[in-house]
Amino acid sequence: MMWARLIVGAGGSGVGLRASRGGLQRVAGAACAGRRQQQRRASSTEAALRKTPLFDFHKEHGGKMVEFAGWSMPVQYRDSHLASHVHTREHCSIFDVSHMLQTKVHGKDRVKFMESLVVADVEELKDNQGTLSLFTNEKGGIIDDLIVTKTDQGYLYVVSNAGCADKDSAHMKARLAELKAAGLDVELEFLDEALIALQGPSASQVLQKGLKDDLSKLTFMTSTLASVFGVPDCRVTRCGYTGEDGVEISVPRSRIVELTEKLLTNSEVKLAGLGARDSLRLEAGLCLYGNDIDESTTPVEASLVWTIGKRRRQTKDFPGADIVIPQIKAKTARKRVGLVSTGPPVRQHTAILSPDGQVIGEVTSGCPSPCLKKNIAMGYVDATFAKNGTAIQVEIRKKTQPATVSKMPFVPTNYFFG
Amino acid sequence: RFPPPFHERVCTCSCGRVASWEGYFSRWVFLMSFPALKFTDKHEWIRVEDDGIGTVGISEFAQDALGDVVYCGLPEVGTQLAQNDEFGALESVKAASELYSPLTGEVVEVNTLLADNPGLVNKSCYKDGWLMKMTIGNPAELDTLMDEAVYERYIRSIED
Repeated sequence: MMWARLIVGAGGSGVGLRASRGGLQRVAGAACAGRRQQQRRASSTEAALRKTPLFDFHKEHGGKMVEFAGWSMPVQYRDSHLASHVHTREHCSIFDVSHMLQTKVHGKDRVKFMESLVVADVEELKDNQGTLSLFTNEKGGIIDDLIVTKTDQGYLYVVSNAGCADKDSAHMKARLAELKAAGLDVELEFLDEALIALQGPSASQVLQKGLKDDLSKLTFMTSTLASVFGVPDCRVTRCGYTGEDGVEISVPRSRIVELTEKLLTNSEVKLAGLGARDSLRLEAGLCLYGNDIDESTTPVEASLVWTIGKRRRQTKDFPGADIVIPQIKAKTARKRVGLVSTGPPVRQHTAILSPDGQVIGEVTSGCPSPCLKKNIAMGYVDATFAKNGTAIQVEIRKKTQPATVSKMPFVPTNYFFG
Repeated sequence: RFPPPFHERVCTCSCGRVASWEGYFSRWVFLMSFPALKFTDKHEWIRVEDDGIGTVGISEFAQDALGDVVYCGLPEVGTQLAQNDEFGALESVKAASELYSPLTGEVVEVNTLLADNPGLVNKSCYKDGWLMKMTIGNPAELDTLMDEAVYERYIRSIED
């Protein structure tokens, strides 16, 4: 799923995790803040943070809690970030993503409603099939990324980012009022369910033990309702945001701790936090909302043209289509690309330079890749430098370093297509 | 007497345990060979050897907070530093942390082992994971740094 605003998202979340300046003092201070949270009674700032139904569970399992998009979330557990990242690529990990916004869209005009907000061809989705899509504004900017699934239960199931929850719900409600006034049949239901992701090559093998349905029939981006390890009414969707095979499971709040505990009894499974999440999604070339895409970037600039349904390109009836559709042919002045380099890690806001030293763009996400042992990053560059293999430079601590425009994903994805 | 004879090899941390021969040996050899550490409030340490050269690293507390170090950005030999000047950065997957010079002086050596093995900073922050060596341009600045006992109190005050 979209795990937007993981670590370095806008809004000042993730103190001590951002590649900003301030030395060891700042990092150490952040670590202490994590410890303090565990030892002390909630202070006023902590009390203001929202908690998922797994909050106590995280603390019991050594979760270092940090502020993220107004929520108190684990950035890592007892294992190091690096170990947790590698474990997910080799085995599987549970991520708590209950802070994300889950919405059901009911009514016979639900597809019409959704297509009035997003770029996807929702109509052509098969029953229980989902897709990554984008809410766009009238200027073609991206309001949020989301997954929309067309269930066979008479509703659309939508998951969007925690950091955008308020504006997403307001946006949907406004359109709802408009369409209802025009006599259309649509209703919104904002869910209170918990949501976890089980991600990694052994995820399906672990999950199959607690599932009657045959997981080999649940391919990437399809969804089903099931009882999981005895917990009824779970929605299991084969998706994720790590590049690995895996599922997201929407679970009634009252049963989430029980289910998480049952999954953890399998030695293949460990808990993983936002830290591993961020490096995993970057290796998979996936965008973090607030860093890599936002309301000032269009789907074409963001290299997300594939999310725009074929029919939608003809009908040109999503918000901002008048701006976005012509960009597909005419190209844009800047484009989101991947970068690789060796030497000092490339972080967000690093300047990207042409070989002759002109500024041609800026990095929006970057970290040393735990799997590739080199630096990976994504950012926007002048479109003339966007071709894979183009030699460019990045400026790190006032020194230029060579880098290369690279295709994404950086690490091959491992999705299950049957 | 320093070091104490081997039969008095009781652990110095007041736990009363009798230390192993290896523990006894390494601890006293360590203390005999190296003068005391001095710490900055930014968690760097410096140890001035008899030859007047200071070795610089980061504290146990800092390496633990930083997590797995995957890249060490270190200065070039010959770099002139004033006290508190930025001299490099340690990078984990999630963050970059700048390093600040504990004293004024010139960089005379950097730990070249860290280029291929940056994790030494985590494994051995007081010994094999040292970062650089520098001349001591102004010995009076040493008095502005914390000794081990004061630094430990400082860490506790941060943790509280």
